[in-house]
Amino acid sequence: MAGHGPASDWGEDKASDYKASLGIKLFIVYCIVYAGFVAINTVSPKTMGIIIFSGLNLACVYGFGLIILAIIMGVIYNSMCTAAEDRMNTPSGEGK
Amino acid sequence: MIYEASAFAIILFIAFVIAVLGISKYFASRTTSSKGYYAAGGTIHWGVNGIAFAGDYLSAASFLGICGMIAFQGYDGFLYSIGYLAGWVVALFVVAEPLKKSGKYTFTDALDNRFNSKAIQLMAAISTLIVSICYLIPQMVGAGALVKPLLGMPHWVGVILVGGIVIFIVATAGMASTTYVQFIKGGLLIVFSTVLTICLFANGFKLKPGDEYHVLKSMDATVSGGTVTAVADAAYKVAGHNADKGLVKLEKDGVNTWWQVSSKDGKAVVKEALSATVLANGDKLYNGAPQEDRKFFQVGAMSKIIVDGKEVEKTGPVGPFKFLATVDQGEVLRFKKNKIKDGDNSVTVWTQNPTSGKKLMRPGVKFKIDEGSTFMSKLNFVSLMIALFFGTSALPHILIRYYTVPSPKDARKSTIVAIASIGFFYILTLFMGLGAMTHGVLDLESSNMSAPLLAKFFGVALFAIISAIAFATVLGTVSGLIVAASGAVAHDLLSNFAGIEMSDAGQVKAGKISAIIVGIIAIILGILFKGMNVSFLVGLAFAVAASANLPAIMMVIFWKKTSAMGIACSIFVGMVTALGIILVSPSMWERYGLDPATAPIALNNPGIISIPLSFITLVVVSILMPSKDAKPMP
Repeated sequence: MAGHGPASDWGEDKASDYKASLGIKLFIVYCIVYAGFVAINTVSPKTMGIIIFSGLNLACVYGFGLIILAIIMGVIYNSMCTAAEDRMNTPSGEGK
Repeated sequence: MIYEASAFAIILFIAFVIAVLGISKYFASRTTSSKGYYAAGGTIHWGVNGIAFAGDYLSAASFLGICGMIAFQGYDGFLYSIGYLAGWVVALFVVAEPLKKSGKYTFTDALDNRFNSKAIQLMAAISTLIVSICYLIPQMVGAGALVKPLLGMPHWVGVILVGGIVIFIVATAGMASTTYVQFIKGGLLIVFSTVLTICLFANGFKLKPGDEYHVLKSMDATVSGGTVTAVADAAYKVAGHNADKGLVKLEKDGVNTWWQVSSKDGKAVVKEALSATVLANGDKLYNGAPQEDRKFFQVGAMSKIIVDGKEVEKTGPVGPFKFLATVDQGEVLRFKKNKIKDGDNSVTVWTQNPTSGKKLMRPGVKFKIDEGSTFMSKLNFVSLMIALFFGTSALPHILIRYYTVPSPKDARKSTIVAIASIGFFYILTLFMGLGAMTHGVLDLESSNMSAPLLAKFFGVALFAIISAIAFATVLGTVSGLIVAASGAVAHDLLSNFAGIEMSDAGQVKAGKISAIIVGIIAIILGILFKGMNVSFLVGLAFAVAASANLPAIMMVIFWKKTSAMGIACSIFVGMVTALGIILVSPSMWERYGLDPATAPIALNNPGIISIPLSFITLVVVSILMPSKDAKPMP
């Protein structure tokens, strides 16, 4: 039997290219920030012990920052994608 | 150490299991089609699916493994939290929507959507099976570790119990029951981890964390000819030495205990250590006495607390920043593990190792990236962080959850709910891990028990709830993995690859039979791998997933020249390379009973080699062997 094809049917998504392009850009931004974190840990782990504020060192601030940044970027991505879908798709289009 | 079963914990656990079985039975009556079994009918709300994602993802590795690793090795354990969470960025920005658009029940469908290739169907199904089994092992090990304190049962009973319940859940209603079990469990885990963290803040830090905390003794010693001949307390007699490790064995009232020889203010002293002795006949003694005598104390505490530049005995309630700053400025009493031979007996001695908070609050205690590091040890660390980053979006049990929602938009939204809830939980892991490290609750024989034992510090009720949730965590994740694995066997291998004609009901039946077989395999492996840190094991599963699946997923989405043979070969090369490196790694060498230093390759984490190799294979093979009749990219 044929096991292929999507699980659900939906209309054409004209915002698809925009969303893919936005996703890649945000992915690259996050990659750079993550790579910076791994690089400091690897090359100069003692730098991670420097106190930044309120007694918190760079390791904590950067680590929490990466987690919070992922959440913030996710929310921004979703709102931009939703706006693009509303703008580009017809009322009978995807996600309506 | 010895654990006591709590009646409240048992009642709560049984209530939870009954609830889970009830949910499964309810959904079983509604699950008659293959779409219902493998993808919950594709009708789950994105909010529910997002929390269920968290339920799937916050497995025993996250709750038990990461908290345990932070409790024993400080900030290095938190690096797993960061890597696991960062991986969701790849899932959201790159994988979620395209995968939802092109798949049906399994990620093999998505890869094969343009090609209808037997090679892809076979390799992707095998990869799903192997990654699922790699991921199942730590979940089952976690289950075994949990039932000891929760129900007072041995490890193997816990593994069989979990295996049996999960087989029932999956074999009755598949993805629908699994989703709602995950939703409930994911929500409870986040709520009660928050409660536990608030309790920690309210309690603050004390040099003697609790009334039952055993303050380790220290005595002046007389040294002659380089060895201890007597100690200040005349009731103790010197009964043996281990000069290599600086240890002395003292006997009192017929009980032998091990002490660490040290010096203080220029005078020789002995410091109390903890020991586990395996006698020649196989019996085990803890601090020289049988287990039931309760001489193997729970440990871990601040040995120096500094507030506003002054040493104090306790802090009182603290806020989140103050909590972290107090550990950073203070000193923590940790323990160093030494293995020695004492005649025919094998002895593990844990000696006191006061460690500065500054060292614990930055990387370098577990991962050799600071003092004593080598090029290979740094490479090993980078390799792990790469695997964690790219592994999430290649895990089969995570990928199949994209098929349970109605649209790509819902897939995206549920991923964001997942990132927010998982991210919040991972921030809590640092507090819970450091809390366990400093509240006198550590069982030196099991890092995996740190979080539940921390809950016990705040009362049996919280311990019972946290343990029941932790147990549910294992149940939920194992259910998801078994659905993924059974889908690989029944849908990808039997139906698509082998071309066995099955009715819709036949596909569901095949999935259920596959679930039972995979469940039994998981039970056996869970018993065999007892004692390994579950987060470490999951890290390896991530490496295999990232190496075998991610290059194929990303290239099929973004590179139009990707060919069927390129995908199949890249999965094969990624999987074989990652597994091969793991099997000859220092960690596995130690598991085989060999010297880790003699392992053929000094890498524990294969990602840095196997992921690029898999990408290169895909590109080269796709160029050499293009797919002429592939459908165009959507």
